[in-house]
Amino acid sequence: MTVHSPRTIDQAVTLLEKYPSAMILSGGTDFMVEVNFNHRKPSQVVSTRAIEELRQWNIDHDTNSIFIGAGVTYSTIESSDIAQAAPALAEASRTVGSPQIRAAGTMGGNLGTCSPAGDTLPVFAALDAKILLASNAGRREVSFADFMVGPKKNSLLAGEMVLGVSLPIIEGWQGYAKVGVRNAMVISIASACLVRNASDDSVRVALGSVGPTIIRARAAESWWLDQGAPRSSSEMHTEFGARCAAEASPITDHRSTAEYRRHAIKVLCTRLAARSTSR
Amino acid sequence: MSENQIYTLTVNGSQREVKDSWIGESLLYVLRERLGLPGAKGACEQGECGSCTVMMDGAAVCSCLVLAASAVDADIKTVEGLAPDGSLTDVQQSFINNGAVQCGFCTPGLIVAIHNLLDSQPNPSELEVREAISGNICRCTGYGRIFAAVQDVIEQRGATR
Ligand SMILES: Cc1cc2nc3c(=O)[nH]c(=O)nc-3n(C[C@H](O)[C@H](O)[C@H](O)COP(=O)(O)OP(=O)(O)OC[C@H]3O[C@@H](n4cnc5c(N)ncnc54)[C@H](O)[C@@H]3O)c2cc1C
Ligand code: FES
Ligand code: FES
Repeated sequence: MTVHSPRTIDQAVTLLEKYPSAMILSGGTDFMVEVNFNHRKPSQVVSTRAIEELRQWNIDHDTNSIFIGAGVTYSTIESSDIAQAAPALAEASRTVGSPQIRAAGTMGGNLGTCSPAGDTLPVFAALDAKILLASNAGRREVSFADFMVGPKKNSLLAGEMVLGVSLPIIEGWQGYAKVGVRNAMVISIASACLVRNASDDSVRVALGSVGPTIIRARAAESWWLDQGAPRSSSEMHTEFGARCAAEASPITDHRSTAEYRRHAIKVLCTRLAARSTSR
Repeated sequence: MSENQIYTLTVNGSQREVKDSWIGESLLYVLRERLGLPGAKGACEQGECGSCTVMMDGAAVCSCLVLAASAVDADIKTVEGLAPDGSLTDVQQSFINNGAVQCGFCTPGLIVAIHNLLDSQPNPSELEVREAISGNICRCTGYGRIFAAVQDVIEQRGATR
């Protein structure tokens, strides 16, 4: 095993080309669990720790968007101006692990792992995030929907790494909610992100942990628009929650049953809809 | 850096050479087994319990989840580095006064996490204290005496400010 610590993105992608089987290491909060338990013994490791550029973010008021580097940690997202530009991302980050995990874990690592329970992923799905990738051959941008292709599967090519994520800044309420077995340190059993666009009162809703990838509840989104303003009755929110749950495709596993997951989606989406109108 | 290559970590202000190690070792393992710093404890080795908490570049992290060889540029501080040899910090003393230590396995991690909290937020609410140690599991005390110990430090530090 060899550990490389490049200082620039160029150096990193050069190393990734030279060692196509190399593993990228960011905060280590997924990676080291596998190494500690001997599930993985990589021969080459490219650590992103020393790449300052990956820890930057940039709010662009002309295009109303924010670019967040792959090495930005959850605790930075929570405590910086990223939280105002992307409130749902901050809320999702706030639910990750413990303070220690949030201080080390990064957004790029969440995308690298691409678990259906990854807490930033429903936010990226709801916001139609663009993921910026780089390899020695150049850079490309893919939509989140094309990036996550299955449970723990993404469309990164050999030699490619995530540089960061671009999100639109949307005027209007947005939030994230999840269900797990306790408050601290929970991997989600079901989660949802809701983004309400103030300009046309449309909503986008994305569901986590209830399918092989993150699910956009598009039928529920268009049903929402078909309802008349002000869209603030509790009956409407309950109906919306039920429609979101109908679009989930959960499985039963060691953490929960499919039935409970679907029920949780109904409750979470009803709650998010209510919160979005109660300001 | 490859297989058994020698590398240097900055721990508690001194440069420490790591020799004869496997390059995939966690910082927790290297601190305890290579550098003779057994303060950080290992229980779960998967980030769940916090007994291995150390400061790294100003943030409290689980040393079991840090690849030691990737931490060559980092400023690492362990529980051993909080007070000069032979003395105790106010948090450590308060743990003793309040009986907040039973088996003591969780204590070093808690001490590091609490110093980290009080350095950035001298007057935390009870909820903030609970949040700050939510990644540190204690199976003995029931946490009551730990909260009492933290409360005492907050009051003492407030009185001397
Ligand atoms: C106790 C505990 C609690 C947790 N709780 C949660 C939780 O509540 N919610 C949640 O979503 N996750 C949780 N996690 C999982 C983990 O913390 C997150 O997935 C985190 O975002 C991983 O980021 P990292 O920087 O630590 O990644 P690493 O562990 O460094 O890497 C993770 C994966 O991503 C790849 N990778 C890293 N950076 C890049 C990059 N720039 N480009 C391409 N690939 C890359 C790596 O090769 C690896 O496969 C928890 C983990 C632990 C140990
Ligand atoms: S040993 Fe590191 S968190 Fe448990
Ligand atoms: S005193 Fe025993 S685990 Fe906390």
